[in-house]
Amino acid sequence: MTDITQENLEQMDRSEDEAQKARLKKAWKTPEGWRYWSAVNNTEVGRWYTAVSFLFFLFAGVLALLIRTQLAVPNNDFLSADLYNQVFTLHGSVMMFLFAVPIFEAFSILILPQMLGARDLPFPRLSAYGFWCFLIGGVFVCGSIFFQVAPQGGWFMYPPLSTQYHEGLGADIWLLGLSFIEVSSLAAAVELIVGILKTRPPGMRINLIPLYAWYILVVAGMILFAFPPLIAGDLLFELERLLGWPFFNPEKGGDPLLWQHLFWIFGHPEVYIIFLPAIALVAMIVPTAAQRPIIGYGWIVLAAVGTGFISFGLWAHHMYATGMPGISLAFFTAASEAVAIPTGVQIFCFLATALAGRFVHSVPMLFVSGALAIFVLGGLTGVMVAIAPFDFQAHDSYFIVAHLHYVLIGGMLFPVAAGLYYFYPMADGKQLSERLGKWAFWLMFVGFNVTFLPMHFTGLLGMPRRVFTYEAGLGFDLLNLISTIGAYIFAVGVVILVWDVVRPKKKQPHARRNPWNAGTLEWLVNMPSHPWSVRSIPIIKSRYPLWDQPNFIRDVDEGRFYLGDAAEEKRETLITSTIDARPIQCLRVPGPTFLGLWAAVFTGGVFIFSTYHWYVAALISGVLGLITILIWLWTGTALIPEKPAKDIGLGVTVPLYLSGDKSVGWWAMFITMIGNMSAFASLVFGYFFFWTVHEDFPPDPSQGPNALWSLVGAGCVLGAWALTLLARQANRKDRAAVFYGALILAALCCVAGGLALFAGPYSSGLDPKSHVYPATVWVLVLWSLVHLAVGLIMQLYCMARRLAGRMTAEYDIDIRNVALYWHFMAITATVTVVVIAGFPRMV
Amino acid sequence: MTLYTSRQIGLNGRHGGMIAPVIAVGGCDLHGPQSALSPAGVGAEQISSLFWWMAGGAVLIWAVVIGIALYATLARPRKKHDVQGARWLIIGGGIVFPTVVLTILLSYGLMLIPKLRSTGNVDLHVAVSGEMWWWRVRYTSPAGEPVELANEIRLPVGKRVSLSLTSPDVIHSFWVPSLSGKVDMIPGRENTLILEPTKPGTYRGVCAEYCGASHAFMAFRVVVMEPQDFEAWLTHQAQPAVSSGSPSARQGEQAFLVNGCGACHTIRGTAADGRVGPDLTHVGSRLSLGAGMLPNDAQTFARWIGHTQQIKPEVRMPSFGMLPEEQLTALATYLSGLK
Repeated sequence: MTDITQENLEQMDRSEDEAQKARLKKAWKTPEGWRYWSAVNNTEVGRWYTAVSFLFFLFAGVLALLIRTQLAVPNNDFLSADLYNQVFTLHGSVMMFLFAVPIFEAFSILILPQMLGARDLPFPRLSAYGFWCFLIGGVFVCGSIFFQVAPQGGWFMYPPLSTQYHEGLGADIWLLGLSFIEVSSLAAAVELIVGILKTRPPGMRINLIPLYAWYILVVAGMILFAFPPLIAGDLLFELERLLGWPFFNPEKGGDPLLWQHLFWIFGHPEVYIIFLPAIALVAMIVPTAAQRPIIGYGWIVLAAVGTGFISFGLWAHHMYATGMPGISLAFFTAASEAVAIPTGVQIFCFLATALAGRFVHSVPMLFVSGALAIFVLGGLTGVMVAIAPFDFQAHDSYFIVAHLHYVLIGGMLFPVAAGLYYFYPMADGKQLSERLGKWAFWLMFVGFNVTFLPMHFTGLLGMPRRVFTYEAGLGFDLLNLISTIGAYIFAVGVVILVWDVVRPKKKQPHARRNPWNAGTLEWLVNMPSHPWSVRSIPIIKSRYPLWDQPNFIRDVDEGRFYLGDAAEEKRETLITSTIDARPIQCLRVPGPTFLGLWAAVFTGGVFIFSTYHWYVAALISGVLGLITILIWLWTGTALIPEKPAKDIGLGVTVPLYLSGDKSVGWWAMFITMIGNMSAFASLVFGYFFFWTVHEDFPPDPSQGPNALWSLVGAGCVLGAWALTLLARQANRKDRAAVFYGALILAALCCVAGGLALFAGPYSSGLDPKSHVYPATVWVLVLWSLVHLAVGLIMQLYCMARRLAGRMTAEYDIDIRNVALYWHFMAITATVTVVVIAGFPRMV
Repeated sequence: MTLYTSRQIGLNGRHGGMIAPVIAVGGCDLHGPQSALSPAGVGAEQISSLFWWMAGGAVLIWAVVIGIALYATLARPRKKHDVQGARWLIIGGGIVFPTVVLTILLSYGLMLIPKLRSTGNVDLHVAVSGEMWWWRVRYTSPAGEPVELANEIRLPVGKRVSLSLTSPDVIHSFWVPSLSGKVDMIPGRENTLILEPTKPGTYRGVCAEYCGASHAFMAFRVVVMEPQDFEAWLTHQAQPAVSSGSPSARQGEQAFLVNGCGACHTIRGTAADGRVGPDLTHVGSRLSLGAGMLPNDAQTFARWIGHTQQIKPEVRMPSFGMLPEEQLTALATYLSGLK
């Protein structure tokens, strides 16, 4: 009798298990046929993203071979000067903007949710949008070389060469194409920060976060402060090229060094934005290889955060030769030396872990060892060039070319190859070949050193960078030939690696589960994987739950933790509190859509048409893009659930909708606006840079913008802000009349404020083409105006949402996020007016 | 084409000699007319010795770190290393050691900065302007007159020279590796570089900042001479041009004036007073043509005038290939004769 019951129960369990799996499968099904490209799930988007950034890497690698072929012998004419300059510009730009940064975003989109036991990132459509932007922008930039109109100003695009002496489309392609991609990087940064802060599994307090996630958190934070200065710089640059606003033209009070500051305030943190995620991969691989937990978890986290901070204080070491005062040289030399210490701490933590563990050899570890050998040398030459006097010789010579490739290939490419071999089974269910992996490694390792080790001496013998050819007999003919031979050996290694990835693997059996016997959550994945990733979202009690928590895999697989079911057949993942990871919400994430793709096409249109000066087409494309994004927001965000809360298993019930600072959307808005403010701060920095450096700035106080109009403008904007806050309160109290009244008034104030801000410099006749001062005033006003336009659309959107019944007193994400936006709007407008109208009167 | 003799390029720098055995790295001679490792000036000497010390230290540190890594991954000790010992490795190797080494290095590096940049006790001022893609050089003659030259700088040995560096177009960078480090030439600014050559010889300088199509062809020669030779040279350069007066040279002078060369070039003592391109008053006395590109002889001069654009892409001077052969030859004879 008891036996039968037991059997029945087991049968019921099994059928229930099957039913749950079927529902999960239905909810997370990947679309098929041509609709496959509407997928937004992190596993699909992550794989596309990774594949496309690798393609860009191969493209830039071919460009590198062209460079080395040209430089194999002196006085070579394989490439013309013009083509060579396009080739080296694209090589650097593509490697940095289309491979080194995106590959970490791609990897993270692919593996981060798995590491956190989440089903997806909080904004899958945003990931998809970011990917499509990246693809379109990247193809546009790379394609230019086939028409011989590629940018040729170097990846650093120094004015006045690129502003006043390059008349073709190249520089515009670089500026607009790459700005477009920077926007997608910012989108990814927002997505990853919110993902790490809010979608961790229950119990994963901040001291249990996998190191990879810590690193990505640091890096995504750095992106928020590093990319916006470049975007601001791009804006100034493009305004100078298209409209003749003379920001960098010394004849009209401008200064080419402002660009260098903005570029390197971006460019130096960029190096760490590239390096830290690669070290993050090492931090996952080393404990697995040593078969023991990492030693010095806290040290590593502190070192990563420290590196992030210090990296913002080093930018001027790229500018030692510009004639900086001695005191600045000393400061930046000291700061540049200091960054070696946290880097050293991280390396010694890995060594200590390897020392204390039982080491298992594997191809990923081989690449990690190679990375160490290469990177440590690059780091040591980095310490050398950070000393200003040595840099006076090394700067802009092949010594720097050697140094930066040691750092980037050792600190990024080799770890990425290690990560590729390590994580490949997660994405494909199959292992890569150990034999091919070893061949690839040794060819790449030897080829790399043959190429770049001699370059240290090529540089010190006097060969400058970015020369398309050189005179025979200066002492570096043979060194150059050796470098070229090395480059081809390296390329063969890369080809073998690529072959290992793309070779047909139909007959190869699937890898066993957790093939490396790792301890972290991502190795819960089945081989092959299911689209829903984890069967149930586990409770975490250790940094290495697969090693430390008994019966962990079985409990997850049998759906004994959270969200083992998708009762409504909707895509759901768990949101937890930021510090201690208590479950606080069951988040419904949107499914497949082509909206992200269309939005990317239309946004791309704005940038691409502007490059060709087809402004009408750009405008149409912009309007279409705006409409697409509004449809996307309207149909896919802040949806009112059919019930307020849901049982997620283990007797826990959590709400399906949270608004205000508990909602992921609020966090995304907050983080986006932090990035936005750092771009704005860069423009303000520009104003004060000119003021400190140039005596004719401002030329004459009476030439400033009309103070009255500017003050009226600021007043109206502050009014619009206060009214928006009032509308938020009224909505919460469900007082519809006050809500609509306040928002209508707020919208009117917003328009009035915009007009008054415009009237400020307009009424006093400031001509932005005449001098850098009016141009700087106008660019700040322009920045405010664009943001006011966005703020206005947001206000109208909230009215429409409430009218349509998609926003209520209880479900009020929209108005709360808009109110948050308006806080930043109020700051922007106030600072703008204080700077442009107030400051000239204060001094 | 050999513009340098081994004596001219000054073998065996004081500090280079200190670590002479290292000179043959990978079988490569580290001497060259453009080498930072065969110094012939105070700045380059100090930086080169700094480099060798740092390079030695770097190799040592690299070997130790890699040694630890190899031991950690390859050795199979019977007893596992304990975690406490591993922690000491982190503190010792990651914090204490680099802090000590970097502090020493930093102090030394910072002490060098004022030495390299001090503008006191200067014996000679020279103004150099980097222009796409050549060098405008201005001296003051012993008589106090400004003397404009191009693409060649001569300096007296043992004297401190202050160069004021500017640019009218894009950013260039003035670099003579054998004498000292580089300093950028930035439109709208004036930078200073101090040179103190210690050995007579001929050195090569280049533009180190990417400046457009012919960036690779923007070089120059620096000749370091005994002070009395230098004085004589400068006095001569301050004089107006003296043509050889041969029939061909006279025909060349005519061609120069008739074809409008004088709109861009100055030849002091003639009607040519253009300010766009290099001053050609004593062009025949220079060591190279086309900003350090070509040897300076009449045949090459004719080729340069006839094929300027092919030789130096996008340079502002048009090719004068349309001139009859004999005019080109005459021009070349005339200009090469302006010693």
